[in-house]
Amino acid sequence: MKTFRWSIPLAIFVVLIAFLWIGLGRDPREVPSPLIGKPAPAFRLTKLHTPNETLAASDLKGKVWLLNVWASWCVSCRTEHPLLVQLAKSNIVPVYGLDYKDDPQAGRDWLAKNGDPYTASIVDRDGRVGIDYGVYGVPETFLIDKAGTIRYKQIGPITPEALQEKILPLVRELQQ
Amino acid sequence: MIPELGHFALILALLVALAQAILPLVGAAFDQPRLMALARPAARAQFLLVALAFGCLAASFVANDFSVQNVASNSNSELPLHYRVAATWGSHEGSLLLWTLMLSGWTLAVSIFSRNLPQALLARVVSVMGLVSVGFLLFLLFTSNPFERLLPPAPEGRDLNPLLQDPGMVFHPPLLYMGYVGFSVAFSFAIAALIGGRLDATWARWSRPWTTVAWAFLTVGIALGSGWAYYTLGWGGWWFWDPVENASFMPWLTGTALIHSLAVTEKRGVFRSWTVLLAILAFSLSLLGTFLVRSGVLTSVHAFATDPARGIFILAFLALVIGGSLTLFAWRAGAVGLGGGFELISRESSLLANNILLVVAMASVLLGTLYPLFLDALNLGKISVGLPYFDAVFYPLLAPAVFLMGVGPVTRWRNAPLPELAARLKWALAVAIVTALLLPWVLGRWTPLIALGLFLALWIVTSTIVNLRQRLQSSHRRGLLAKLAANSTSYYGMLLAHLGVAVFIVGVTLVKGYESEQDVRLDTGGSVTAGAYEFRFLGVTPGPGPNYRALTGTVEVRKDGQLIETLRPEKRIYNASGQPMTIAAISTGILGDRYVSLGEPLANDDVRGAWGVRIYLKPFVDWIWVGAFIMALGGFLAVSDRRYRLAVRRRDAPASDAAASVAAAE
Repeated sequence: MKTFRWSIPLAIFVVLIAFLWIGLGRDPREVPSPLIGKPAPAFRLTKLHTPNETLAASDLKGKVWLLNVWASWCVSCRTEHPLLVQLAKSNIVPVYGLDYKDDPQAGRDWLAKNGDPYTASIVDRDGRVGIDYGVYGVPETFLIDKAGTIRYKQIGPITPEALQEKILPLVRELQQ
Repeated sequence: MIPELGHFALILALLVALAQAILPLVGAAFDQPRLMALARPAARAQFLLVALAFGCLAASFVANDFSVQNVASNSNSELPLHYRVAATWGSHEGSLLLWTLMLSGWTLAVSIFSRNLPQALLARVVSVMGLVSVGFLLFLLFTSNPFERLLPPAPEGRDLNPLLQDPGMVFHPPLLYMGYVGFSVAFSFAIAALIGGRLDATWARWSRPWTTVAWAFLTVGIALGSGWAYYTLGWGGWWFWDPVENASFMPWLTGTALIHSLAVTEKRGVFRSWTVLLAILAFSLSLLGTFLVRSGVLTSVHAFATDPARGIFILAFLALVIGGSLTLFAWRAGAVGLGGGFELISRESSLLANNILLVVAMASVLLGTLYPLFLDALNLGKISVGLPYFDAVFYPLLAPAVFLMGVGPVTRWRNAPLPELAARLKWALAVAIVTALLLPWVLGRWTPLIALGLFLALWIVTSTIVNLRQRLQSSHRRGLLAKLAANSTSYYGMLLAHLGVAVFIVGVTLVKGYESEQDVRLDTGGSVTAGAYEFRFLGVTPGPGPNYRALTGTVEVRKDGQLIETLRPEKRIYNASGQPMTIAAISTGILGDRYVSLGEPLANDDVRGAWGVRIYLKPFVDWIWVGAFIMALGGFLAVSDRRYRLAVRRRDAPASDAAASVAAAE
């Protein structure tokens, strides 16, 4: 009984290590999304700024576009945000925002504060569309081609390298 | 050539570390003085070799040697010299090398300053540190070699992450690592004591100064990181509960608990096994933090290059080091004993309660940090835990801990009758409560949280005054100066560190309670009022920097129509990476900051058009960092105590002896 008491920390640690081991296997940055090469899941959601209008994935057929999953409560989104604002200004590719599990007012305030790079943002209040898209955590960004197929997925904030070396070259190729 | 020299030095360091890890330990087990005597020269040789490797890497950065992969990825010929030096530890590989350098430095320090330790104990301590070092050197050499060549060499480097090109970032990692790695000393003492089967007041006295120094460095390191986030990330926050911040905060909380628990073990001989467990935990959490940051299991604002092989390596290392020590703990702790008893109301119990609160707070941070991972592993969905969780869990735990901070030092050891304690503290309590209730009215807005925060800060101050007065009254010396001099510097260190906490709480409370944030659209010449100040935006001018282009805004600040200052917030675009950076302009004062940062240009013309401008008033925000520095200063002051230097000479002071001398001092 006594030895048992001193073993509690060890037992907790073993459980922790087991979880970390599983966590490593699921490393979100290393596992390619099963959705790549598949059609982008359909959605029809209300727009953030004009709640009486909706936007559907099918409306964007024939365009190459980025779907950026963001939320006002997401800290990492702030790191990628200036980059998105810059990208939007360059008019290379339209960026659509999916405001994920967020209060629309908080979302609007956040964009007013930090700049709005999105051609349009849509509201995914209960996160249903996020589930369809296999969203791991916010932010995530999908590149979708003219036929509506997902071609690339960025998990976590977009870095300048990822943008220059992966996303933009792919955008140019798909826009041809 | 220089990189190869560095690489070779690292390999030699690994061999020396192996010898250092094995031979003295074997010597201690079989009582072979000649083997044990190897501990000191091995520690010295290892430090020299790792320092040589580190110097080689720094030299490659300074010389812009883009044939080294690490330099090509993290530096640039336009990068100013001081940032090229800092870039040495700006990458994953470089920061691990820095970690290893710190570890060998701490080992060297132990071997120099613990001349009077029993030989077997020193041999075991140095061996355990050598084992940790073996792990890190293997990790460096096999998964993260900082000297890897790039052939053909890159014509130009990719540049250091602009976020790291900042004076605060130059010092933040080394200080943080000093703290992290410093806990390895307390850890090694604990393991050595478990192996040797001797855990007593002397052991605690030896461990104490090392732990306090490590804790003080960690405090400064965390404060620098937080200050850096405040002025460079451009949105005026100072703590985000980001996994990487949590990774440094968990060892800090545990280290804080450890310092106090070591004090009890030294003075009263109690809580021994608990203290050992904390010593193991503090360093384990430092290692866990490294794992979380380096393996990429969690997403964070601190994005490092991640690699699954590295993750698996660190996890195996964690399992070995932490699992091994906890197994040893499970096996030997029972034999250590619990020490003397104490009553429900005594200094021991108040310190124990504080310890438990700190550890539970640490566990709640750990849970919040790993919760997304747990849910994911159990296929229960993916979530991200944010501020609301930490706010809800953390403050209720820390408020009673801070309250006990006032009670503990005034309470007697072993048994302190409640009526007597209440009589001692009633005035301190009354003054703190009344002032805390009235002060928010004076400051302009009353909320329960502001009153509570102020109460806790005031309570620390008033109870400290009571404590000091009591000490001075009970002194037999004549004259105030003589009475003041009768107390040890470690006592004053404790008071100072506690006052630092009070200063910190004032900062947190007032900035949360009274800050004002405005995000406004300003045309050139437009103005906005915040508090007593008028901010006038005079537009933006472009200009070049050493390795970036900058847009510098000009904002005039007026009070009662008088111009008091001109603030120049910047937006930078770095040439090599194209990454934008926001540099806020902050006018710092003891009563608070005026903080202006440029948001986004709102018109197509960057220079003449309107801008989104953020104007924040942050009352007392600098008290947060000043408080942290005072805490660290208290730690350093406590360590300068003469007692620690004398104590090592007195080889076998039994616990009862130490307790008796404390009782006499009371």
